[in-house]
Amino acid sequence: MTTAEQGTTLLKTMEINVAEAEKRTGKNAVNMLETYTVYLIETRPVDTVSEGISPTPDSLWRRYSEFEILRNYLLVTYPFVVVPPLPEKRAEFVWHKLSADNMDPDFVERRRVGLENFLLRVASHTALSNDKIFFTFLTEENGWKEIVFETGFQAKADSRLKALNATFRVKNPDKRFAEMKHYGDELQSVISQLLRVRARVADRLYGVYKVHGNYGRVFSEWSAIEKEMGDGLQSAGHHMDAYAASVDDILEEEEHYADQLKEYLFYMDSLKAVCRKHELTQFELEMAAQDLSSKKQQREELATGTVRTFSLKGMTSKLFGQETPEQREAKMKVLEEQIQEGEEEVKEKNSECDEFVNNAWCDIERFKDQKDHDLKEALISYAIMQISMCKKGIQVWSNAKECFNKM
Amino acid sequence: MKLRKEGGGIMSGSATEPAVLPPSPAQIVPTDLSEQMLELDDDDDLEVFSKDVTVTDGGAFSTSDQISPCSLLNQYGFEEEEGDSNVKDIFVTVDNPESHVTTIETFITYRVLTKTTRSEFDASEYEVRRRYQDFLWLRGRLEEAHPTLIVHPLPEKFVVKGMVERFSDDFIETRKRALHRFLNHVAEHPILSCSEDLKVFLTAQAWELTSHKKQGPGFLSRMGETVRAVAASVRGVRNRPEQFNAMQEYVESFGQKISSLDKIAQRIVKEQKEYLEELRECGPTYTLWSGSEEELVEPLKGVASCLDRCCKEKEDQVRQLSEHLAPTLHEYALCADTLKAVLRRRDNIQAELEAKNDALATKKIDREAEPRERGVVWQSLLGRDPEEARQQKQHRLEGEIVELKEDIDKLEDRVEWANNALKGDWNRWQRSKRRDLRSAFVHMAEKNVDYYEKCLAVWESFLVSQRTEFGDGAERRLPSTS
Repeated sequence: MTTAEQGTTLLKTMEINVAEAEKRTGKNAVNMLETYTVYLIETRPVDTVSEGISPTPDSLWRRYSEFEILRNYLLVTYPFVVVPPLPEKRAEFVWHKLSADNMDPDFVERRRVGLENFLLRVASHTALSNDKIFFTFLTEENGWKEIVFETGFQAKADSRLKALNATFRVKNPDKRFAEMKHYGDELQSVISQLLRVRARVADRLYGVYKVHGNYGRVFSEWSAIEKEMGDGLQSAGHHMDAYAASVDDILEEEEHYADQLKEYLFYMDSLKAVCRKHELTQFELEMAAQDLSSKKQQREELATGTVRTFSLKGMTSKLFGQETPEQREAKMKVLEEQIQEGEEEVKEKNSECDEFVNNAWCDIERFKDQKDHDLKEALISYAIMQISMCKKGIQVWSNAKECFNKM
Repeated sequence: MKLRKEGGGIMSGSATEPAVLPPSPAQIVPTDLSEQMLELDDDDDLEVFSKDVTVTDGGAFSTSDQISPCSLLNQYGFEEEEGDSNVKDIFVTVDNPESHVTTIETFITYRVLTKTTRSEFDASEYEVRRRYQDFLWLRGRLEEAHPTLIVHPLPEKFVVKGMVERFSDDFIETRKRALHRFLNHVAEHPILSCSEDLKVFLTAQAWELTSHKKQGPGFLSRMGETVRAVAASVRGVRNRPEQFNAMQEYVESFGQKISSLDKIAQRIVKEQKEYLEELRECGPTYTLWSGSEEELVEPLKGVASCLDRCCKEKEDQVRQLSEHLAPTLHEYALCADTLKAVLRRRDNIQAELEAKNDALATKKIDREAEPRERGVVWQSLLGRDPEEARQQKQHRLEGEIVELKEDIDKLEDRVEWANNALKGDWNRWQRSKRRDLRSAFVHMAEKNVDYYEKCLAVWESFLVSQRTEFGDGAERRLPSTS
């Protein structure tokens, strides 16, 4: 298996699956026994699959924390990319019948799907999928951790975190990034609200369906004392039981929809981080430019002898007398050097900033299209779910009606 | 507004029965009377409590009341009576609740419309206004006149939780529909529909009704009847025919089941309302979201509008449940109590007969017995001739025995009549119960199907609108279970 060529994605040549999940127990970093879940990553070259030959895939086991390491590495190494999020660490926005336990099999299953989704998204990104570390993550079980830590990304990760949380004022940010950041905030807020509402609705819907199960029980008891009504009642009762039971499947399907919304909720963090990174590079550029211009100012003053800016040297020379021409000459030389360096620095920062803006905005546009497409599909699949629920309801109550007619 | 019908709660069965007194052993007569008076005053049509002038005198049981053309014809003809196949010749509706304000009180009246081709009625159409009190009176009269027939229950009085709720539109509407059902059940009944009281109720002007209410056997004679009934129920019945045992068992079980169903139906209404409350927030959230988007505005607004439509349909569905199934189940829970009372009254009549038979047996023994020493001595102390005294006593006993035999004859007739009436009415009631409950459940199922069909249409039209823009992308998402 080879890495993809530049400009294409890994997914074009490799099939990736997160096939299974398993519980393991082992000693952790502090030598304590813990239980954790591992996920089986299977990979297979695409050509063989399409030709109809299905060789056994290569596979390895990874746990959630390793995915986190990979993602942190990607965040630091590709700051202009809106990096895909991982599925949630703990179950949130749960409605009360659903377990919030990380070990719950349903939660593990949904997480398995989420992890596969993460890998597929990374593998279909032109920049990310060509990363060697990513490839090794997929193909080499042992030693991967050492390799990734050797890149020294950990230190960069810490400083990135610091920078993200720092407050600084940018004079001239690219408006588009500011708008994007604002959009990220709005979307996070509205999707959180939607998820909360949905959880409450799911709770109530569960209640409605389950109470109908009582009809089944009482119909059955009642039918025992009736002669002509007995049969109709008895069979109607079965349908009531079926109705009450049907809500479990309905709500499980809805959970998938909620997961789709959650992915984009978490995506907003990456989006906002890219915008923040732009602000940071812009800020550094502005700082460098400001530094340069003050140095130039100093040079001017030195040359013309006017002191417009306050400087300690200027003050002391006023107090203790002017400098000698030789001293001035030496100072000038130093300034010129500094200005030269400064100009190069500004040039560098400028091109850095430009490059970042171009790359980042390119990826943001890509992300926007992806988001519009995915969310539209999600809404459509939500409608399809509702339709399916309605059809089930029609069936059950039509059957029940027939039974009632026989009462 | 909730009418509480939890076990042991405020609305327990016997307390809600209208002015007729079901004989209950635990009560002594004076308390009974005063309770009865309170019940007559405690009319919740009144906003301001005031003494009700139209005290119902009630009608003591008299055989003459039942001999009307209808009842003679129908006396033993229940089995032929298939409610649906008979041509209905009397139609009654209750509607149009209105508030009446006088200087003394405020109350609600309902319009009662009658259309009939029966010859006992002078005209073919009548329109009168009646209040809840009047319905109570009518039902009381019917039960008194026919103690072992099954008279459909009335909606309960509303126990004041807060003055504000007593006149809520919901409450009045629910009561109106229940009153309508009550009158219809009575009008369909082969015997009850021939009642003179019913005719007056349907046709008389307000003052005529008031004066009619005052007629009938006096209070005292009614009291006498009550005393006998209470005494009888204390005694208890010895040889209840098996048929009535079976009925008793059935009524116990049926009452339990229907009460459970009543509670379940009410619970479902509650859960649906809570679900609806949460669901109402969904649409607006999607609309809010659409404000931040460009490409997604259309689908988001589409989803929002679908959810709003579904909320409307859910509202409809819930209203149907509260207007039809729930009240019907509640009524049949009340029916169970009515049935228990009817069985009790039948038992009491039989108990009376048994008591008289016992008395007769005792008297006969007395007659054959040797004259007592003490009795003779007593008579001779009074200066009477012992032989004369003995003859006087015998004479008296003979008289009493003849009287008893006459009473027993009448009672035997009465028992036979009561048993047959109940047997016949039982079958009629079973048929009516089956019809009512079946139609209530069928209606519920229909409305539920309706709800899902309407929501289905809403979401499908959303899909269509999205697919035309979306191209083939949506096709992959077709569910495998359609």
